[in-house]
Amino acid sequence: MRKCSLDSLNAVFAKIAEAAELYLPVNCTDGSAAFSKWEEGKEWSNNLNTVKSPKEFFFPQTEDLVAFKTSGKNIEIIDTRKEREDFVVFGVRACDVKAFEVLDNVFLLKEPYDSYYTNRREHGVIISVACNRPADTCFCKTFGIDPADPQGDISVWKTADSLYWQANTERGAALLEKIADLTEDCDTAAVDAEKEKITKIMSKLPLANLTTEGWGAGKTQELFDSPIWAEMSEACLGCGTCTFVCPTCQCYDIKDFNTGKGVVRFRCWDSCMYSDFTKMSAGQPRLSQKERFRQRFMHKLVYYPENNNGLFSCVGCGRCVAKCPISMNIAKVMKKIGGKENE
Amino acid sequence: MNNVEALIPKIGVITDIRIDTPDIKTFRVVTPDGEKPFEHRPGQCAMLSMPGVGEAMFSITSSPTNTEYMEFSIKKCGCVTEWLHQAEVGQQVTVRGPYGNPFPVDDAFRGKNMLFVAGGVGLAPLRSVINYCRHYRENYGTIDIVYGSRSKDDLLDYREIIEEWSKDEGVNVHLTIDREQEGWDGHVGFVPNYVKELGFSTDKTAILCGPPIMIKFTLDGLYSLGFEKTQIYTTLEMRMKCGIGKCGRCNVGSKYICKDGPVFRFDELDELPDEY
Repeated sequence: MRKCSLDSLNAVFAKIAEAAELYLPVNCTDGSAAFSKWEEGKEWSNNLNTVKSPKEFFFPQTEDLVAFKTSGKNIEIIDTRKEREDFVVFGVRACDVKAFEVLDNVFLLKEPYDSYYTNRREHGVIISVACNRPADTCFCKTFGIDPADPQGDISVWKTADSLYWQANTERGAALLEKIADLTEDCDTAAVDAEKEKITKIMSKLPLANLTTEGWGAGKTQELFDSPIWAEMSEACLGCGTCTFVCPTCQCYDIKDFNTGKGVVRFRCWDSCMYSDFTKMSAGQPRLSQKERFRQRFMHKLVYYPENNNGLFSCVGCGRCVAKCPISMNIAKVMKKIGGKENE
Repeated sequence: MNNVEALIPKIGVITDIRIDTPDIKTFRVVTPDGEKPFEHRPGQCAMLSMPGVGEAMFSITSSPTNTEYMEFSIKKCGCVTEWLHQAEVGQQVTVRGPYGNPFPVDDAFRGKNMLFVAGGVGLAPLRSVINYCRHYRENYGTIDIVYGSRSKDDLLDYREIIEEWSKDEGVNVHLTIDREQEGWDGHVGFVPNYVKELGFSTDKTAILCGPPIMIKFTLDGLYSLGFEKTQIYTTLEMRMKCGIGKCGRCNVGSKYICKDGPVFRFDELDELPDEY
């Protein structure tokens, strides 16, 4: 394990940014935090709970897939893909790191591979930071995630005066090597104390006792026809905010844009909360918001685990809980439909 | 970087357009070199697109035994299909695939008496299977085809049905239209009722494709004749964008229709939530 003082942080960031683009959470004027490219003078926010998750570094909100030129009856296909330059994302919470595992299962590990996602994963280094300021909306523990022990290429712990660095992968070790002059060897005592502190904070969170009981692979028959879906979805506006702030939501749309000089085919995040998500000329399999609402939670808590060895595709980051305009959320659904309140 | 990317299509050229019905045309597609775009199995699908208009999934209606080209029977019912319907021979499109699981023509279907039941444009995906079975005739028993549409003008592949299928030994074609029509002396009535009237024996493997209401009542009819779910197949339709089980919109239960379907046996469908 290596450490550096908080005073030298600017020098450390400068050193990292010499070799690769560096992104980290910075404060926004409204008090929230957002990932931003580091440059001299930019300060790392104490708030790791960014409004948008770092998923967009690997699966951007919109990205070009391919371009076309047409003339008369002819079409030319232009492969616009290019190699991503190396980049580093610093300050990723444990839950958001876990979300990359969820996305990897879809884009990286199941054939056919998604070359766009893979390209970014191959060039991105993830530096996680132990989360000591969880929000009241957080419930990562529910999914077995330990915010005190985040994964990623490098794990970082912050104390009152220092940052502690631990490489978990070769890529992480190579990066730590680059900042070796600015860090020194240390023991794990301070980190152990920090972990203990975080564990205590976590146990006091409002959702600390939320469990996945009643959910998981094989629960479709039991949960799909629950009358509670209708009741819980009644107020849903179908705005899709929950899917856009979600670090694991992976649904996308593919659309064409005519630039005037040619056509760009791009993909963009889409949402199962929208009516035209499944609308066909032949009909609409999800007629009301009830079916769309149900799809989102059934996918995260039943269907995805069925296809991925029981792994849930919720990481308890709490973003949808904080942002839903009608205060509906996955925690309420988990309690009411699968959990104890249903008995 | 990995150079294979499933979402990047290749060029196809429309070399023939057949007008089947007032709203269905059959498009023949090859590569610019005149080759078949790719190999496929009966029941699989492909994405066709016109840049700037959009991309959509279609079943490949030609049989894999056709080595020269690929055919798609397409009903005019949305942006992409309307554009295709105004296209002319020589027009280039983009094509990618094949997608999905095929019908088990070389294992579960082998040696079986086959019963195909189709309504309207629902014949399109079955034509690939029917022509495959006709090509390898010795591998299958009797072939019965029940096909119905709104009127005689709405029957797809009519010339092929009359001049080829009907003339094959051991192939029985049963056509029906919904209402009486001048110049039609064949059967009149809905497909499900016709299937019941024909009273098929249960030694057959049935494949259904058509409007949901036809599927529902045909199923009831087949069950009443003694058919089991394990001997009835269908192919599902859902909105699709990627075709490779990632974009999420054809997700039903833990299945993705584009990748785990579109072909399902009815006992397999029982495992899925009723949302297709």
